[in-house]
Amino acid sequence: MSAHAASHAEHGHHEQGFVRKYLLSTDHKVIGLQYLFTGMLMALIGGFTVYVFRMQLAFPGEEVPLWGRVTAAQYNALVTTHGSVMIFWVAMPVLIAAFGNFLIPLMLGCDDMVFPRLNRLSYQLFLLSALILIASFFVPGGPFGGAWTAYPPLSADPAYNATPWGATLWLIAVALEFVAFLLGGINFITTAMNSRAPGMKMFDVPIVIWMIVLASLVFMASVGPLIAGAIMLLFDQRFGTGFFNPATGGDPVLWQHLFWFFGHPEVYVVLLPALGIVAEVMTTFSRKKLFAYRTVIFTAIATSIISFFVWAHHQFVAGIDPRMAGLFTVTTLIISVPIAEMMFIYIATLYGGSIRFTTPMLWALAFIAEFLIGGVTGIYLGAAGSDVYFHDTYFVLAHFHYTFFPIAFIATFAGLTYWFPKMFGRMMDERLGKIHFWGTIIAFNVIFIPLFLTGAGGDHRRIFDYSLFPELAGLQGLRVLATIGLLVLIAFQPIFIYNFINSMFRGKVAGANPWRANTLEWAAPSPPPHGNFPEMPVVYRGPYEYSVEGRDEDYWPQHVPPDDPKRPAEQVA
Amino acid sequence: MPMALVGEPPKRRAAVPSGVLGMLLFVAAEVMFFAGLISAFTITRAGAPPLAWSLPGGVVLPAVETAFNSIVLMMSGVVLVVAHWRLRRGEDAKAARALLAATILGAAFVLLQGREWWGLLSRGVTMQTSTLGAFFYLIVGTHALHAACAIVGLGVAWWRLRRGALPAGFFYTAETFWYFVVAIWPVIYFRVYF
Repeated sequence: MSAHAASHAEHGHHEQGFVRKYLLSTDHKVIGLQYLFTGMLMALIGGFTVYVFRMQLAFPGEEVPLWGRVTAAQYNALVTTHGSVMIFWVAMPVLIAAFGNFLIPLMLGCDDMVFPRLNRLSYQLFLLSALILIASFFVPGGPFGGAWTAYPPLSADPAYNATPWGATLWLIAVALEFVAFLLGGINFITTAMNSRAPGMKMFDVPIVIWMIVLASLVFMASVGPLIAGAIMLLFDQRFGTGFFNPATGGDPVLWQHLFWFFGHPEVYVVLLPALGIVAEVMTTFSRKKLFAYRTVIFTAIATSIISFFVWAHHQFVAGIDPRMAGLFTVTTLIISVPIAEMMFIYIATLYGGSIRFTTPMLWALAFIAEFLIGGVTGIYLGAAGSDVYFHDTYFVLAHFHYTFFPIAFIATFAGLTYWFPKMFGRMMDERLGKIHFWGTIIAFNVIFIPLFLTGAGGDHRRIFDYSLFPELAGLQGLRVLATIGLLVLIAFQPIFIYNFINSMFRGKVAGANPWRANTLEWAAPSPPPHGNFPEMPVVYRGPYEYSVEGRDEDYWPQHVPPDDPKRPAEQVA
Repeated sequence: MPMALVGEPPKRRAAVPSGVLGMLLFVAAEVMFFAGLISAFTITRAGAPPLAWSLPGGVVLPAVETAFNSIVLMMSGVVLVVAHWRLRRGEDAKAARALLAATILGAAFVLLQGREWWGLLSRGVTMQTSTLGAFFYLIVGTHALHAACAIVGLGVAWWRLRRGALPAGFFYTAETFWYFVVAIWPVIYFRVYF
C-alpha cells in the first residue's frame, strides 16, 4: 500500500493522512486496490499450502522444507485451507471486488459508487473475514480440516474433523465474507443502473461491466441458501442441534443441496468477470469490434439462469434419486452450449483482426485455450454414468483446476497487466511479463495433465499417502511430475511480483491511454484522481468501435464527439 | 457500421431511487435466504420418519395465538401504507402518528412472539430436543431478528419525521424492508406452524 501512497503523493490534490486515505477511504479505486492486495496476499497462503501438501504427495513421509513432516490431520487442514482461500479469498475478491470496484465507476463514467460508505464497510468485513480465517491457524486443533465443501457429519462433529475451533472460525469467516460481497454486489448493480454517464445506454456498457453485474446478481440470488445452511451448521457445531444429524431426524445430504445450490452458480460468478476481462483485452489487441456484442450478453444471461439448475451433478454418488440424476445430467450438458458459444464468439473476434501479442493479450488467448480443456473434460463429469467412475478422483481435480486456474489466475493476470497503467500510471515490463507468462502457462499444464491421467488411473482425491496403496504405485512418477510442475510454477511468480512492484515506481510513464482503447476509463488520467474525471464524460457510441472505416485512427473512444473524426484521444486527458 | 448519435445525449434519470433499488436487491437476497431456510425445513420434514417429527412431551406449536400475533403484524403493514400516503400528500403530523402506530404494532408482534417462546421454553421445547424445535426457533427467530432491525429503522424514521428532518429516501428504504418482513411472515406461519 505504501508504494501506492508514494505514487499518489506526487499528485497531492487532496492532502489526507495515510490512514484516512488508504485504510478508511471511500474512494472506489482505493477500495479496489485494497481488495486486490488482500487477495494477492491471501494467494500466497493458498500457494504455500498447496506447496506443502503436493510435496507430501510426491515424497510421502519426508521433511518438507519450510514446514517439516506433514501429519494426516495437517494434510486435511492444508487441503481445506488451499481450497477455501483460493476460491473465497483470492478468486472472489480479485475478480469481482477488485476489478469491479476499480472499473465500474471508471468504465461507466461516474465519480464513485452509489454507496461509497457501504463499499468501505464491504472491504472492512472482508478483511475481518480474512483475519478470522488466518486466526484459525493459531487456535487449538489448528485450521478447519473438513474440506472446503464442509460436508457434514465431517464438518459438524469435532470428533470427526478434529478441529473444533477451526471449523467454527472457518464457517464464521465464510459467512462474513459473503455478507461483504453482498454489500459489494448491491453497490455494483445499483451503480450500473443509476450512475452511467449521459448517453450510455444499456448496450453501450462494456462487456466486463455487464459480466460483473450479472455475476453479482447470480451471487446474490444463490448465496442466501448457503448462509442459511452455514447458520444451521454453526448451530450443529456449537449449540447441539441436529439439522444435519440423521440420529435426531436431520438430513446430511441437505447440506450438500444448500452448499451446491450456491456452489455451482459460484463457478459462473467468477467465470463471467473473467470472460469479461478477456473480451476487453481481446478487442483492444485485435483492433477489431467484438463479434456479436449482444449475443455475448444474452448468452451470459442464459448461462446465469441455467447455472441455478445444475447443482446436483455434484451429488451423483450421494444417494440421490437416479431420475433426478438424469435431469441434472441434461441441464449440465446444456450449460456447456452457451459457454461454447462464447468461446466461438471470442475466436470469431480474433479472426481477421490485427493481433498484437502484448502480455495481456497472451494471457487472454491462454485463457481461451486452457479453459476449453476444462470445459471439455467437464462433459465426462456432468454425465452421471461416467461420473460414477470419475467422482472424487484426480480427474475431477484436474478438470476443476483447468476451469478455476484460467479464471482466478490467467484472466486476473490478463486484467492486471492490461489495467496496470490505469491503476498506477506506469507500464509494466513486457519482457518480464512474457517470461512470467510462458513459465506459468507451461508449468500449469505440466501440473494438471498428469493429474488427469492419475485420476483416470484410479487415484482418489482425499488420500494423504499413496504408498499405502501398492496397486497405484505405478502412478507415482506422474505425481512427482505434477509436483515438479508446481515448484516451477511457484518459482516463476516472484518475477511477476518483482515486475509489479518495480513498475509501480520505475515503469515507463503510461499516459492516459497507452493501449489506444475505447472505453471510458482510458479517458481519465492515469492514475485517476479522486473523482476520476476532470470533466465528466459523455458517451456517443458503443465500446468496441475499432478500425472503423474512413477514420484515420484505428480506435474511436466512447466519449469523443462524432463531429471531429480526426481527433486523437490523448488531448482529452 | 452503426452511426453514432448526434447532438447532446439526454440526461439520465434514475427509474428507481438508489436507496430503494439497493434495498430491493438486498430484499431479493433475503428472500433467497428465507427460501433456503424454508425449503430446508420442508425437505427435512418430508424425509423424516413420521414419529420423529414432533415436539417433546406432546407439545404443539401455538398456531392460534400466533394467528392473533400475525394479524397485529399485518395491521402494522397496512398502517405503514397509510403513513406513506399521508407523507406523499405532505401531511407530516398525521403521517408521523401513523408511522408511530406501525412501529408500535410491529414491536408488539415481536414481544408477543417472545412471550410464546417463553411458554415453549418453559415446557421444555429447546433447539436440542428435536429437529422440529430447532427449525422452529431458527426460522421464527431469524424473522424476529429481521423484524427488530426493521422496527429500529421505522423508529428512527419516526424520530426524524417528528423533527422535520426525514429524507424521503430513508423512509422509502426502511419502508421497503418492513414490507418484506411483513410479507414473508404468512409464508413462514403457514409452513412452520401446521
